[in-house]
Amino acid sequence: MEVGIVSYGAYLPRYRIAPQEIGRVWGTDGDAMSRNLLIFSKSVPSPDEDVITISIEAARNMMRRCDVDPCDIGAIYVGSESHPYAVKPTGTVVAEAIGASPNLTVADYEFACKAGTAGIQTCMGLVGSGMIEYGVAIGADTSQGAPGDALEYSASAGGAAYLIGSKNIVARIDRTCSFTTDTPDFWRREGQCYPSHGGRFTGEPAYFKHIMAASQSLMEKMSSKPADYAHAVFHQPNGKFPVRVAKQLGFSEKQIEAGLLTPFIGNTYSGAVPLGLASVLDIAKPGDRIFAVAYGSGAGSDAFDITVTNEILELRRDAAPTVKDLVEHKKFLDYATYAKFRGKIRMKGGAE
Amino acid sequence: MAVARFWRENEPRYNLTGAKCGNCGRLYFPPRTVCPVCHRKSIGKMGPFKLQGTGEVITFSVVHDAPSQFELQKPYVIAIIQMDEGIRVTGQVIDCDPAEVNIGMKVQAVIRRLGEEGASGIIYYGYKFMPLTPPAAPRPPE
Repeated sequence: MEVGIVSYGAYLPRYRIAPQEIGRVWGTDGDAMSRNLLIFSKSVPSPDEDVITISIEAARNMMRRCDVDPCDIGAIYVGSESHPYAVKPTGTVVAEAIGASPNLTVADYEFACKAGTAGIQTCMGLVGSGMIEYGVAIGADTSQGAPGDALEYSASAGGAAYLIGSKNIVARIDRTCSFTTDTPDFWRREGQCYPSHGGRFTGEPAYFKHIMAASQSLMEKMSSKPADYAHAVFHQPNGKFPVRVAKQLGFSEKQIEAGLLTPFIGNTYSGAVPLGLASVLDIAKPGDRIFAVAYGSGAGSDAFDITVTNEILELRRDAAPTVKDLVEHKKFLDYATYAKFRGKIRMKGGAE
Repeated sequence: MAVARFWRENEPRYNLTGAKCGNCGRLYFPPRTVCPVCHRKSIGKMGPFKLQGTGEVITFSVVHDAPSQFELQKPYVIAIIQMDEGIRVTGQVIDCDPAEVNIGMKVQAVIRRLGEEGASGIIYYGYKFMPLTPPAAPRPPE
């Protein structure tokens, strides 16, 4: 049975902060950080936004583009490392808010930055086996870096939702494969507000090793080569890693251009590859082949070989904002307002 | 107690679901179980009716002296919105400066956090309104 993307939707908070503004406060050269990370701005959620609201907005944009009855959705998986509750699934609120409750299964996923693509793989299995008609996979985050830490220049917020099914597929998922090891490059212990990381250890033995292995494995299984793909999307913790890994694999800068968002919105963690893929689908043409590889610290990579079908022309892509619209609809904050929005200021009483 | 009270209102708060009188066709939000015009003739005939979520600002107020849960958002705008279906709904207007809000401004409903029962309590979600996103500028040919 052919399984693929039936619809998709994205969401980004409106607010942004520039690395120069963060650097100004911490006595760091913001221009140098911006150059080193290739990040010009990152998205910042409002005080009333979290992974639940971002997931719902992305899922609603997904539903606006198609005619699928929400009651036919048999599963919702929300991947994030910043679920608002430690115990109380994000997906339950999403299901209720898109009218999919109550006859479905729901679970929250966590796998650092690749929990969203893990949800896509789960939905593929459930749809492919005939257990459900449609499944929804969402990758969303409102991640934080400790004040002054290098992560603060990149950790941002956003998400995208995918409706996975076997009918009216706009982008067929030809194959997926993963590569997973126990690599402690980045983690957050229970109860801790901010994550810890292994500095440069997050590069070669983590990001590059896993993405390279998953990518090479997928191309071997598909007997394909980089030139066969119109677009490629790689996990993008900063603006430089995806460019470097693409080059190492043999992809051109042109191939990764449409899906490279981190320079403008920062690292949206679980939302990164789902948002990059949504950005590609916004402009994709029938027959376009897409190579998408997510990476989650801890560590693992999910690789996807996707082919856009003629159905993409029937999808109401203009019924919801494109990723480009969302990226450009922005308002910059100063550091003080950013600190207030992100709960970095200790308040008295009931406020966050 | 508060958990159950908010939970009962999840559907209208999440999805702007009101009620339509099956006798006279009038719409109500929040939903009512009896039409105040048709009275007993409406009993058993009140059905759910989902608002589209778009409307315009009829009037608004800028709140500078905020309750503790809204400290991080002040000054914020609370407005009466005339929904496209004719119903008026009170809600917060977000994602813009209070100075940008004006009477007649087109808005659309989005879901946001409404509040929470302290740091360990339940989080409440519901509708707020943001300015209707202006249409995207025409893109240059590829």
